[in-house]
Amino acid sequence: MGWPHPIHPGETPLLSTHFGEVEARTHAGWVARGGYEGLRQALTMTPEEIVAVVKASGLRGRGGAGFPTGMKWSFMPKEDGQPHYLCCNADESEPGTFKDREILRWTPHALIEGCAIGCLGIRADSCIIFVRGEYTEPGRILEAALAEAYAAGSIGADAMGSGKRVDVFVHWGAGAYICGEETALMNAIEGKRGNPRIKPPFPAVSGLFGMPTTINNVETLAAVPPIITRGAAWYAGLSLSSPKSTGTKLISVCGHVRRPGTYEITMGLPMQELIFDLAGGMREGRTLKAVIPGGSSVPILTAEEAATCITDYEGIAAAGSLLGSGGMIVMDDTTDMVFQIMRLAKFYAHESCAQCTNCREGTAWTTRILERILRGEGQASDLDLLLDLADNMTGRTICVLSDSCATPVVSGIKKFRSEFDAYISGARAPVLQEA
Amino acid sequence: MSADPATQEPVFTPARRAHLEQLAPRYPTRQALLLPALWIAQRAHGWVTPAAIEEIAAELGVTTAHVQGVVSFYTMYHTHPVGRHFIQVCTTSPCHMCGATKVVEALLEHTGCIDLGAPSPDGRFTVIEVECLGACGFVTPMLIDDDFIESVTPDGVPELLARYP
Repeated sequence: MGWPHPIHPGETPLLSTHFGEVEARTHAGWVARGGYEGLRQALTMTPEEIVAVVKASGLRGRGGAGFPTGMKWSFMPKEDGQPHYLCCNADESEPGTFKDREILRWTPHALIEGCAIGCLGIRADSCIIFVRGEYTEPGRILEAALAEAYAAGSIGADAMGSGKRVDVFVHWGAGAYICGEETALMNAIEGKRGNPRIKPPFPAVSGLFGMPTTINNVETLAAVPPIITRGAAWYAGLSLSSPKSTGTKLISVCGHVRRPGTYEITMGLPMQELIFDLAGGMREGRTLKAVIPGGSSVPILTAEEAATCITDYEGIAAAGSLLGSGGMIVMDDTTDMVFQIMRLAKFYAHESCAQCTNCREGTAWTTRILERILRGEGQASDLDLLLDLADNMTGRTICVLSDSCATPVVSGIKKFRSEFDAYISGARAPVLQEA
Repeated sequence: MSADPATQEPVFTPARRAHLEQLAPRYPTRQALLLPALWIAQRAHGWVTPAAIEEIAAELGVTTAHVQGVVSFYTMYHTHPVGRHFIQVCTTSPCHMCGATKVVEALLEHTGCIDLGAPSPDGRFTVIEVECLGACGFVTPMLIDDDFIESVTPDGVPELLARYP
């Protein structure tokens, strides 16, 4: 449902069905809603069977990359005698994205169950849920749910009386967007600075504590229990569009819409319907200007591009952007694109871990140049300079934070160039004061 | 997370050491207890003191330099004392677009803080701007100490602050 709003007829509530129901947070309340049936079934299955079902469902990573989940799980070694780890990425901090938060705070047992099934699928003894330090309320609700799940015997040394051990616990972050990058996340758990690691080796080979590891997003894992109980074919059939985008997706819509919130759609819903029907459209007298559809790291779409865009992995890619995390930032005609792009660049400059030169310098200089344009001190050559910088920030670093900073700059200059030119030529009054 | 004047007190009292050691079996290394240990230290003293850094390094068998490096990486650890109530306001793009700056202005005005990051003269508040709090549909979200608060408006600031004496 479009929390904090009632269910909209255009939605397909699956993960969000019980958002807003306080009782669903409790173990008893979750069981009363059919909870832990997926885990009960998974405990009778082999790891291969679990992975096969998830593969056949077409479930793809909901954190941003969209990598097929079953395939990711299949990369884990089989009988290698080493400990395996599952990490759940609850470091939700991509601007525009606030959907995992609702799973954590309303249906924590859905996640715990998904984590437990994931452990069985990849032969891991424990799942570590990395919760961003700022998510105090969601993290505490999750911890309380974990305590109840242990007390009820759903997880622990003898999960649901199966004789199988499954441990799930929380590891708190402490403020750093980059820890949402999977290798940085592992470093944070290991008690190190959250610097991303060079890949390869990939986590399935050498991950947390050097052991085979899989990292999955909250929404991805929460989708697993219903896939086990209702079957891969049912989930794969949930699509209005491409057979490569299956299931439902939580889309958190924010910015200039009447009803910001987290909406659950069947893959393939037209973006126009999502923005104007589900999220209530623009405020009185305003018109749509731009949409950043998948969290701040993806290319900006113009209103025209959004008008015909299909909301799924392939549809948004065809329109020139990415579904990403499903964090949708909607901008109306009052938006100063130059300022907002500067603000995003500033975000990335603040969050750069600074180990790669191109990112450390690139994000900082991109911000400075955009700020000087907004101070009315821009030069005609600045846009080419920004594009040149962006080129040097793309595909040149250990992780993609640098690329993520370049993306809105490049798409912004390409699609809204006249706004930059207006500041540079002096046609538009500066909005920033002295350096 | 309120500032405690007794920052000379060791972090690892028997109770707090027990809390840390309860987490130890989860991990194959002592170093993995570093982020949890720093949270314990900050909750105890209101900030991570130089003495706490030494103490944690010894407790976990890592170098002081390593702990320093980690403390400086994560923005939520304070390396200096802060006001009794620590306010973190999101001003990243989605919040900025929807008026977060006005909320920051109201917070500075009503707390008496002269600037962001500087404790108010009465030591009651510190206000900082932070990057995305992950509640973009609930503008303006903020953290006051460990309380996550949604949809704060400039007009709502005085009443909100009154809850934090």
